[in-house]
Amino acid sequence: MEIIQILITLGILMILVIPMGKYLFKVISGEKSFIDPCFDRVDGVIYKLTGIKKSEMSWKQYAVSFVATNLIMALLVYLLFRLQGVLVLNPDGNKSMNPLLAFNTAISFITNTNLQHYSGEWGMTYFTQMAAVTFLMFTSAASGFSVAAAFIRGITGKSETVGNFFVDMVRVITRVLLPLSIIVTLILVWQGVPQTLEGTKTITTLQGSYQDIPLGPVASMESIKHIGTNGGGFFGANSAHPFENPTPLSNLIEIISMMLIPASLVYAFGIMLKNKKQAWVLFAAMSILFLISLPICYLSEAGGNPILAGAGLSQSMGNMEGKEVRFGIAQSSLFTTVTTAFTTGSVNNMHDSLTPLGGLVPLFQMMLNVVFGGEGVGFMNIIMYAILAVFLSGLMVGRTPEFLGKKIEGREMKLIAIAILIHPFIILMPTAISLISHQGLSAITNPGFHGLSQVLYEFTSSAANNGSGFEGLVDNTPFWNILTAIVMFAGRYLSIIILLAVAGSLASKRLIPAGVGTFRTDKAIFAFILVAVVLIVGALTFFPALALGPIAEQLTLGK
Amino acid sequence: MKVLLRAVTITIALFIICGLIYPLAMTGISQLLFHHEANGSIMEETNGKQVGSELLGQSFTDSRFFHGRISAVNYNTYNSRDKTAYSGPGSGSANLAPSNPELEKRVKKDIDAFLKANPEVRKDDIPADLLTSSGSGLDPDISPEAAKIQIPAISKSTGISISDLEKIVEKYTTGRTLGVFGEPRFNVLKANIEISEKIK
Repeated sequence: MEIIQILITLGILMILVIPMGKYLFKVISGEKSFIDPCFDRVDGVIYKLTGIKKSEMSWKQYAVSFVATNLIMALLVYLLFRLQGVLVLNPDGNKSMNPLLAFNTAISFITNTNLQHYSGEWGMTYFTQMAAVTFLMFTSAASGFSVAAAFIRGITGKSETVGNFFVDMVRVITRVLLPLSIIVTLILVWQGVPQTLEGTKTITTLQGSYQDIPLGPVASMESIKHIGTNGGGFFGANSAHPFENPTPLSNLIEIISMMLIPASLVYAFGIMLKNKKQAWVLFAAMSILFLISLPICYLSEAGGNPILAGAGLSQSMGNMEGKEVRFGIAQSSLFTTVTTAFTTGSVNNMHDSLTPLGGLVPLFQMMLNVVFGGEGVGFMNIIMYAILAVFLSGLMVGRTPEFLGKKIEGREMKLIAIAILIHPFIILMPTAISLISHQGLSAITNPGFHGLSQVLYEFTSSAANNGSGFEGLVDNTPFWNILTAIVMFAGRYLSIIILLAVAGSLASKRLIPAGVGTFRTDKAIFAFILVAVVLIVGALTFFPALALGPIAEQLTLGK
Repeated sequence: MKVLLRAVTITIALFIICGLIYPLAMTGISQLLFHHEANGSIMEETNGKQVGSELLGQSFTDSRFFHGRISAVNYNTYNSRDKTAYSGPGSGSANLAPSNPELEKRVKKDIDAFLKANPEVRKDDIPADLLTSSGSGLDPDISPEAAKIQIPAISKSTGISISDLEKIVEKYTTGRTLGVFGEPRFNVLKANIEISEKIK
């Protein structure tokens, strides 16, 4: 049963990828779809009210529109966080955020990271949970999806323009994110996720003491949290909280919701390119990485904690510390692997209490940041690595590398080299800074090698715009709020802008027909080359840090 | 400048659609369609008194009740209306690493306490879920095995026969969803409500 439930979940995803991919293609390309009569009218009203014209943009105009819109949204939300204490819908009387926490939280949600240095129970009001957090969950996901759409148009198209950012934003929200969220919200409420404006309820227990039952508009946030690969919880415990994820069925829905759009986007790319084989090769490469990670996490958690076995607590159920009974080992390790592969960052068990190797899996997947990845940007990273793989293969056989019929030259490779190097830089440098500073070290709550993992995980999660954490870390301090905000910001905007530049550069190139000597990237062999490149680049950069953290903890556990 | 203006107008439009209309509409529809669930799945005793949510665990220390899992937030349960000791609702675990000596210490202490309260139980038979902390601190469930080993001690304190308690365990145990998903689980609060009505 353990393995079967995992296989069925992945099977359901595979059934959904093709129809969803076709639909996403229609949304991106503007081709006719069955729901146009309804949504064209809705979009028309929005375009009219906001003054959006359907003009084409160059990659630079597109990037500027993306950054400007995100900036305005982040500013608005920052103000809401600062003022929430005096605004409406605050039945529990929660306070406004301090400036640095509000800064960190605004950056966190606009960058699709959803790192949380607060807990919803005390840190937010119902108004900000809806109007700030739920709002940004839609728009940050739509922003990521839109830039990916522009990127795909650039690398597959024949014109130099890449679409219109504002039109893309509206279309992806009204045609993809909102309809899916409405369906998933209702399923989640049916399963027991609250959706009310009523404040915390206090009841008298059977033993005559009191219990507080926090409520709120949880389900409407819970759905987009996963569909948009956001990951920020309504409550502190995130999707481990019975009110965010009450049953194995809600868990299944949340897992599928996270995987659906990033996985289907790869297929949509194949239709756009008129070469589905190319899409399946990329899909296969990412699946290989995912299927290597999942069993490591599962087996390690199922093996339990040797120290507790030594203390006399049978570990036949596996490592249950930090996990929920209804999910057990299988649904917990699957959730952990999916939430870090698809960089959502919601958790249904506490990652800080994972076994060392079980915790290495989420850490490593976020370091690679390419195992399908988050809404839109994950796909851009896949292509980035594919171009790198083509380039390295080209070097080995001594030919000018080509990808999708375009020559890969110095300019693109320089940009891609920068994009690839940013990720380890913004993880390892801040980790090093934290480990030599008092403010950094004082946040660590677990002794020994695991303490290093806590710090490394925080920055890896920030850089990958994931948002999960080894939550023991005491991170609501000025030091952590500022440093992680910088890392989240760089992890989001630098790489997106650089990759849009690559797309712009490729868009302006002449298409060259494939010849006899062309290195084919739509053959199975390329999937293996791609996996090797991802693993070599990832492993070489991060292995020393991993060796000092989870690997050292594993080797010394119970010794 | 034109871009900035567009950025402002689209922000306002999406703020209203995604941040206000959508969550409020979902609240309205949910309240109509799933009134019980949308309001926290609150459970009542037969006399109509609200005693908790079927989805949230509670702190049980009385020897006549089934005990739940270790909670880092004490299930948001507190003893008097005086909130000085209690800092408001929370959720989560203690986030102890597997290698943290505190974890080993806590588990050893809890094993000794459990064996003292349940002298019929062998140490090897304690299921791991009972003495590990849940991820949410609010886990409403324990494994059916963790419920069964508590039966002899509860029977002794309440006078309810072992076979009746076995029936209660069976009644409040839910299998895997569709026979496949998740794990079999036993809802502690539901069972304790029944015990509480029996011993009244």
